[in-house]
Amino acid sequence: MLNFLLKRLLSTLPVLLIVSVLVFMMLRLTPGDPAAVLAGDAASTEQIAQIRTNLGLDKSVPEQFFIWAGHLLRGDLGQSYYYKTEVTTLIAQRLEPTVSLALVTITLAVLVAVPLGVLAAWRFGGWLDKGLMGFSVLGFSVPVFVSAYLLIWLVSLKLGWLPVQGYKRIADGIGPWAYHLTLPAITLSLIYIALIARVTRASVLETLGEDYIRTARAKGLPEVTVLMRHALANAAVPIATVIGIGIALLIGGVVVTESVYAIPGLGRLTVDAVLARDFPTIQGVILLFSFVYVLVNLLVDLSYLFFDPRIRY
Amino acid sequence: MSAIPDFQALSVESATVVVQPSAWQRVRANTSVRIGGVVLLLLVLVALAAPWLGTVDPSLFDPASRDLVPGKTGEITTLEGEQLQHRFLMGSDSFGRDIYSRVIYGTQVSLIVAVSTAGVALSIGIVLGLMAGFLRWLDGPLMRVMDGVMAIPAILIAIALVAMWRGSLTTVVIAIAIPEIPRVVRLVRSLVLTIREEPYVEAAISLGTPTWKIMLRHILPNTVAPLVVQGTFICAAGILTEAALSFLGVGLPPDIPTWGNVMAEGRAQFNEYPHNILFPGIFLAVTVLAVNILGDGLRDTLDPKMAKRG
Repeated sequence: MLNFLLKRLLSTLPVLLIVSVLVFMMLRLTPGDPAAVLAGDAASTEQIAQIRTNLGLDKSVPEQFFIWAGHLLRGDLGQSYYYKTEVTTLIAQRLEPTVSLALVTITLAVLVAVPLGVLAAWRFGGWLDKGLMGFSVLGFSVPVFVSAYLLIWLVSLKLGWLPVQGYKRIADGIGPWAYHLTLPAITLSLIYIALIARVTRASVLETLGEDYIRTARAKGLPEVTVLMRHALANAAVPIATVIGIGIALLIGGVVVTESVYAIPGLGRLTVDAVLARDFPTIQGVILLFSFVYVLVNLLVDLSYLFFDPRIRY
Repeated sequence: MSAIPDFQALSVESATVVVQPSAWQRVRANTSVRIGGVVLLLLVLVALAAPWLGTVDPSLFDPASRDLVPGKTGEITTLEGEQLQHRFLMGSDSFGRDIYSRVIYGTQVSLIVAVSTAGVALSIGIVLGLMAGFLRWLDGPLMRVMDGVMAIPAILIAIALVAMWRGSLTTVVIAIAIPEIPRVVRLVRSLVLTIREEPYVEAAISLGTPTWKIMLRHILPNTVAPLVVQGTFICAAGILTEAALSFLGVGLPPDIPTWGNVMAEGRAQFNEYPHNILFPGIFLAVTVLAVNILGDGLRDTLDPKMAKRG
C-alpha cells in the first residue's frame, strides 16, 4: 500500500517535469529575444539586460532550463512586467475567487449529476433518461459564454434575482459571496453535469445488470438501498475518474466564466496577461493549473482504494 | 429480389442468407448521422452562398445605423461610398455593421477552422502515432511528452500559443490543433499495437516488406473508421475553442467576422441589445450540436468498440 502510494507519487514527477519543460520551451519558441519578450513592450535596455543575466540567457538552453527550474522550485515564478509584482503574489491575490468558483461548481455538479444519472439508469429508456441524454449532448455543444448570457438575461435582467456581474470575497460575508457566486457556478456546472451524469448513467446501468442487484432485490431490500448501496457504490470508480478528467474542462470553463461575470480570479488574470503579453504571468498560471490538474487526478487514483476495496496495488 | 427464390430452389437446404450491411449503408441509415449531416450540409451551403443571402460586406459600417434592433431598415455605406438601404435582419452593432452579414460570413470562418484544425491534428497525430506504435525506442519518450501536453488544459495551450504568435487564421488553427494531437496519437498508437499482431502484418513482415509500406498499406487503412469519429469531435472542439478565444479577445483579429468576435463586440451592450450575442450564439450552438450528433452517430455505426466504452 505504502509502496503503491510512493510509486504513484513518483509517477507524477515525469509528467510535471515535462509540463515544466513545455512551459519553458513555450517562451524560447516565441519569435524574438526572450528577454525582450519577458520584459514587455515598454522595457528599457537596462531592464532587458538585467533579465538576460538573471535568467542566464547568454548560457546554453539546458543550462537556462536548470536556472529557470531552480527558481521554480524555490517558488519563484519571476516578475510580472505588466503588474510590476511577483507572479506568485499576483496568483495568491487571485486565488480565492477561482477556488471558490471551482469548488462550488464541482459540488453543485456532483450533487445534481450523480442522482440524475442514477435515476436515468434506473428508469432506462424513460422520459428522464431521454431528457438527460438530450441535455448532455446539448451541454457539450452550448459553449459556456452562450449559456452564461442566456442565464444572465433570464435570471438577472428579466427576473432580477441575482446580480449580473461581480464578486464578493468570503471575508465580506458568506451571504454576499454566495449571492454573487450562484449564477457563475450554475453556468459553469452545466457542462460538468452533462459529463458526470452521462458517465454515472452508463456506469450504474452496467452494475444494474449484475447478479448481486437481483439478489439484493430478491431479499426485499428497498429500491433506494439497492440503487445507492449496491448499484452506485459499485459504479463509483468511473464516476470518480470522469470528475478528475473533467477538471481540465472546468479550468477552461473558469477562464471564460470569470471573463463573462467579471470575477477577478486566475482566469481573468490569464486573459489580461495574454492581452498584455505578460509571459511570466502566463507561464505561472499555466504551471499552476496543470499541476493542480495532475494532482487532482493523483487524488482520484488514490480514491479508487476507498471506492473499490478489491483494488490492492 | 427475384434472385432469392431461385437461390432457395437450387440449394439443398434452404439456407437463409444474411447480407451484412456495409459500413456506408449502416452510416447512412443512422438517424443521428442523418440529422447532424443535414444540418451541417445546410451550414456548408450557407457558408458557400454567403454573398447571395442578402448580406453586405461584413466589414461595412455606417455611423447612422448604429445599434439597430433586428428587422429595422437603415443605411449602409459601401466601399465606394455609396449609401444603400439595407434591412438589418439581426440588427446592427455599435459600429453600425450588419450583424446578419457578420454571422453568415462567420459560418465560413468556423467551418474552415473546424476542418483545418481536424486536418492538422489528425495528420500530425497519425504520423506520431504510427511512429510510437512502430519504433520501440521512441514510444516511451514520445508518449510521456503527450502525457505532459494532456496535463495542460487545452484552452490554456491555445491561449498561450496565440499570445506567442499573435492571432491569425493559421496560428489560431495550429494553436487549437496542438492540444488535440495527444488524443489522436494515443488512438493511433493503440490501434497500431493491436493491428500489428494480426497474421497479415506478420506475413508482410516475414516477406520482408519495408516498415513504411506496412504502415501505409496494412495498418493505416484499418485506422480510418476510428479516426473519422475522432476527427468529427476535434471539429466540434475546434469550433468551440476558436469561438472562446475570439470571445476572450485573444483569438482571430476583430476585423475578421467570427461568431466569437461578434459576441465579444456585443458584450458591452448586452443589457440593451442582447441580440448581438444571441444570434451568433445560436449559430455556434447549433453548429457544434450538429457536429456532435453526427459524431455520436458515426461512433455508433463505425466504431462499435468505442461506442461501448461510453
